[in-house]
Amino acid sequence: MKKSRIFTMVSSLGIMVLAVVLISGDHNDGPSVSGTTSDIADFYAFQAPDPNNLVLVMNTQGLIPSGTPTDQASFDEDVLMEFNIDVDNDLKEDLLIQAIKRGDSMHFFGPFSTTESSLISTIKTDIKHSVKISTYEEVYVEEANGMKFFAGPREDPFFFDKARFDSYMAGSAASGFNNPGTDSYEGTNVLSIVVELPKALLGTPATNVNPFAPGTPTYNMWVETKRKIQ
Amino acid sequence: MSYYQIMKNIKVLSFIPLISFALLFVQCQDDDDNGNAIYQDMCNDGVKNGDETGIDCGGSCEPCAEEELFAGRYKQEDQMGRAGVNLLFNKPGLRDSLNLVVPHKMKSQFKDVFRDRLMTLDTSYTTNILGLDADQMAEMFSQDVLWVAQNGETSYNGTQVLTGRALGEDVMDANLLWIFGGPDGTKNNEDPNLISDGVPENDAPFLDTFPYLAPPF
Repeated sequence: MKKSRIFTMVSSLGIMVLAVVLISGDHNDGPSVSGTTSDIADFYAFQAPDPNNLVLVMNTQGLIPSGTPTDQASFDEDVLMEFNIDVDNDLKEDLLIQAIKRGDSMHFFGPFSTTESSLISTIKTDIKHSVKISTYEEVYVEEANGMKFFAGPREDPFFFDKARFDSYMAGSAASGFNNPGTDSYEGTNVLSIVVELPKALLGTPATNVNPFAPGTPTYNMWVETKRKIQ
Repeated sequence: MSYYQIMKNIKVLSFIPLISFALLFVQCQDDDDNGNAIYQDMCNDGVKNGDETGIDCGGSCEPCAEEELFAGRYKQEDQMGRAGVNLLFNKPGLRDSLNLVVPHKMKSQFKDVFRDRLMTLDTSYTTNILGLDADQMAEMFSQDVLWVAQNGETSYNGTQVLTGRALGEDVMDANLLWIFGGPDGTKNNEDPNLISDGVPENDAPFLDTFPYLAPPF
């Protein structure tokens, strides 16, 4: 067999292995963002232990191996992270919280009102809170105006037998999932930003949003990453 | 033209290559030692040049104001509302596209794609335990935002369904149940088992206090 042929086969195998890297939650979900500093792993939004507050979590750059040195798992100064909050149920963001790294700190902006709904953003610097980025060893939390801020490496809270799901989809696991299964995210970390804020800062959202809780005032929320273009 | 005039023209013409050649040795040398003047020019010329990090600021000029530090335009690369949507409901070839569509335009572009995908995953799908038919499932998930209740419970699959997403919730089992579990949630529960992946919890305990996520490994 010619060397070039062997090389092609080995490369193809490598690409196939790469192709089954662990997309889920939202980890590596699109080929273009997979493995980049803008890849969103997950989004969580829940009521805090203080029922007046909500907690918003955005995890990025999933599948960071255990013990990765902080300087090899870091936020990108060119990647803007955004929590989008739609209050009136038109699926367009009414409020934004933005976050971006500069130096050793994560700077959070907002929540502020916005009328933009596009794929392009600029940073609105009026309401700013900064927190030093935590490391594997040290945790930094900033509290201001009833809000709390964190940025840094955390254990990936997502769990799923992604490998078995892929096998089933590829036709090689006809019996479906095993019990117990294998957590494809076991022992891995993410880069997290976490904001806790008073619900009062977001206002009262629309009802009849969630058909399973129609009377409950409900926000539409989603997260985005955007890369600097100029 | 006389012989004299012709010779004169040739003489003049012969100077042109000579002068051009001589020009090759002319250099614009910066030996006038007025760096301060150049510095002031660069820091006041209204454009971002030299080692400036903003317009006329940063680098060897005065530090930038905050607006300069955060100036610029940022273009979307990824987005997410609910967990697993791109993996479970979207067609593999369209996963990048979904990341680059704003939510209010998602339904028109992805509802049909999601319905087709659902009917591929479970070819005999009718409804699920939420009471949603294929069309309603596709409509709900193609608008990829997370519903978050202003008050009370915030859970993906708790007592109040789809009112948020808390840490530790088995959201993928919920999605699998809604896709494969049929009207009473028992379809595809063995051979094949498609409604639970057998991984019921996270591999680290969460914190009771901010930032709630577990420390890294």
